[in-house]
Amino acid sequence: MNAATSAVNEPILAARGLVKRFGRVTALGGADLELYPGEVLAVIGDNGAGKSSLIKCLSGAMVPDEGSIELDGAAVTFRRPQDARAAGIETVYQTLAVAPALDIATNIYLGRERRKPGLLGSVFRIVDQSGMRRDAKQALDDLGIGTLQDITQAVETLSGGQRQAVAVARAAAFGSKVVILDEPTAALGVKESGQVLQLIRDLRDRGLPVILISHNMPHVFEVADRIHIQRLGRRAAVVTPASHSMSDAVAIMTGAAVA
Amino acid sequence: MTDSIAAPPGDAASLHRSSGGPLERIQHTLHRYPTLSPALVLVLSCLVFAWASDGKFQQPFNLGIMLQQTAVLAVLAVGQTLIILTAGVDLSVGTAMLLTHMVVAKMAADHGVPGVLALALGMVVGLLLGAFHGGIVTKIGLPPFIVTLGTFYIYNSLGLRYGEAQTISKEAIGEDSLLLWTSKRVTWGEFNITAGVLVAIVLYIAFGFVLAKTAWGRHVYATGDDREAARLAGIDVTRVLISVYMVAGFIYAVGAWVQIGRAESASMNAATDINLQTITAVVIGGTSLFGGRGRLTGTLIGALIVTTFTQGLKLSGVDAYWQNFAIGSLILVAVALDQWIRKVAK
Repeated sequence: MNAATSAVNEPILAARGLVKRFGRVTALGGADLELYPGEVLAVIGDNGAGKSSLIKCLSGAMVPDEGSIELDGAAVTFRRPQDARAAGIETVYQTLAVAPALDIATNIYLGRERRKPGLLGSVFRIVDQSGMRRDAKQALDDLGIGTLQDITQAVETLSGGQRQAVAVARAAAFGSKVVILDEPTAALGVKESGQVLQLIRDLRDRGLPVILISHNMPHVFEVADRIHIQRLGRRAAVVTPASHSMSDAVAIMTGAAVA
Repeated sequence: MTDSIAAPPGDAASLHRSSGGPLERIQHTLHRYPTLSPALVLVLSCLVFAWASDGKFQQPFNLGIMLQQTAVLAVLAVGQTLIILTAGVDLSVGTAMLLTHMVVAKMAADHGVPGVLALALGMVVGLLLGAFHGGIVTKIGLPPFIVTLGTFYIYNSLGLRYGEAQTISKEAIGEDSLLLWTSKRVTWGEFNITAGVLVAIVLYIAFGFVLAKTAWGRHVYATGDDREAARLAGIDVTRVLISVYMVAGFIYAVGAWVQIGRAESASMNAATDINLQTITAVVIGGTSLFGGRGRLTGTLIGALIVTTFTQGLKLSGVDAYWQNFAIGSLILVAVALDQWIRKVAK
């Protein structure tokens, strides 16, 4: 499917020749990446292969020294996470980036609160709490996690999987083009991981392409359409679960084999 | 899959059905309503002092006096609450207020500056001090504790030097000056308060509203709760922090105004305990020193508790040395309680 998709479609998100250096350490040495519409692209790689740097460049958390990023065929520059977000790229960080003491609805709208219409909003700057709660509930319902009923409960009272679900719902609610998930199952048990993998499939089925960064090979092979293997700051290969086995992928990742 | 994600064992949905023992239920209730415990302490201590003071405590006259005694503390504690919500602390709040009030009073006394202008100048001084704190905390990255420990000494020194260690009387300030408006009395029979008390009340309403209803308020909480998470959520945390310190600076000037009215004079030797008392009020009021959780209502209750203990023990004929013992014990209990409540989050 890989060849067919790439031949027909243009990538929705593409990175070309990204370079990022930290002093004398080169984190990215000309890294490329392509994400096509409607797919789950997994990014795997050993520690220090530049996965995080690559993702941070795509999400605006890091500015590459060289190289270009294209979204929908147009060149884009992200100086801050807000820039990427404004362009329709939402990222769920490994740390989830939720404020534990704040409630679910406040977290979903954190950093982009909506104000009430009219003078109350423009002069007194009152946030539209009831509207945001209603829409946050809707966003959770859309992902089939509406059973997280009390939208006003603090995120810290939720289980790990539920927190992940809140973070994913936030990304899905605002990510119009791409959702990036960084190690979403790393802190979860078997059952909760399964639920998050299902959320990823749901996102793709709703037409949102997903980039999934993970160390967990079984999870990657379970949901990914294509697998980008990062090695020594560059893309070593792109494989599919159909064409390669897990041990093949690990061999490429560690340099024991070439694609 | 969707059913199970909402209900893994021991999850939130079951919280409200209050699983676990009575102790756990109390823990969850206090977690959800953080001002409950300080409110109970205030009510209980009022009842105890009403009984122990042979009825002197609940006299309308005494209640009015207590509100007047609380006003300056309560005003400054608003700024302290905002800073502690961001996981910082302001040790200089008292001396910054005193320095500001010396500037304001001397402008009126020595240079004949009208009250409105002197007060506006005080606001500028306060904002500059706040911006200075916020700038060092965010740009140089020094811990707020250290920054304000340093400025605590600096402001005290500057205030003494500038004021030449003298007391500026109300005659020198000008009895009709706006600066002394906060000493005006509002009377209902025996019960009387000053306009300074009203200023404090207005401040609580205004900032209670801002914290609860505006995006800025939410960003203050989020920044203190988890700074990195707030940044990744698109909040400009540097701006939030600097704005919080500047708001605290503005409040120094409001505090200076209320202090001039309370003392009907200006002196660097006034309100010596106020630095730590503001922190006491905030902590007893249920705001976490780790940031991100707390309510302004709690701080107001905390400030009232400080005055209630001080005045209540005095009226009950308890040796004055025990006042600080009682306040100190209350701080330890409040912080231990906060730690325990936070364990809900594991």
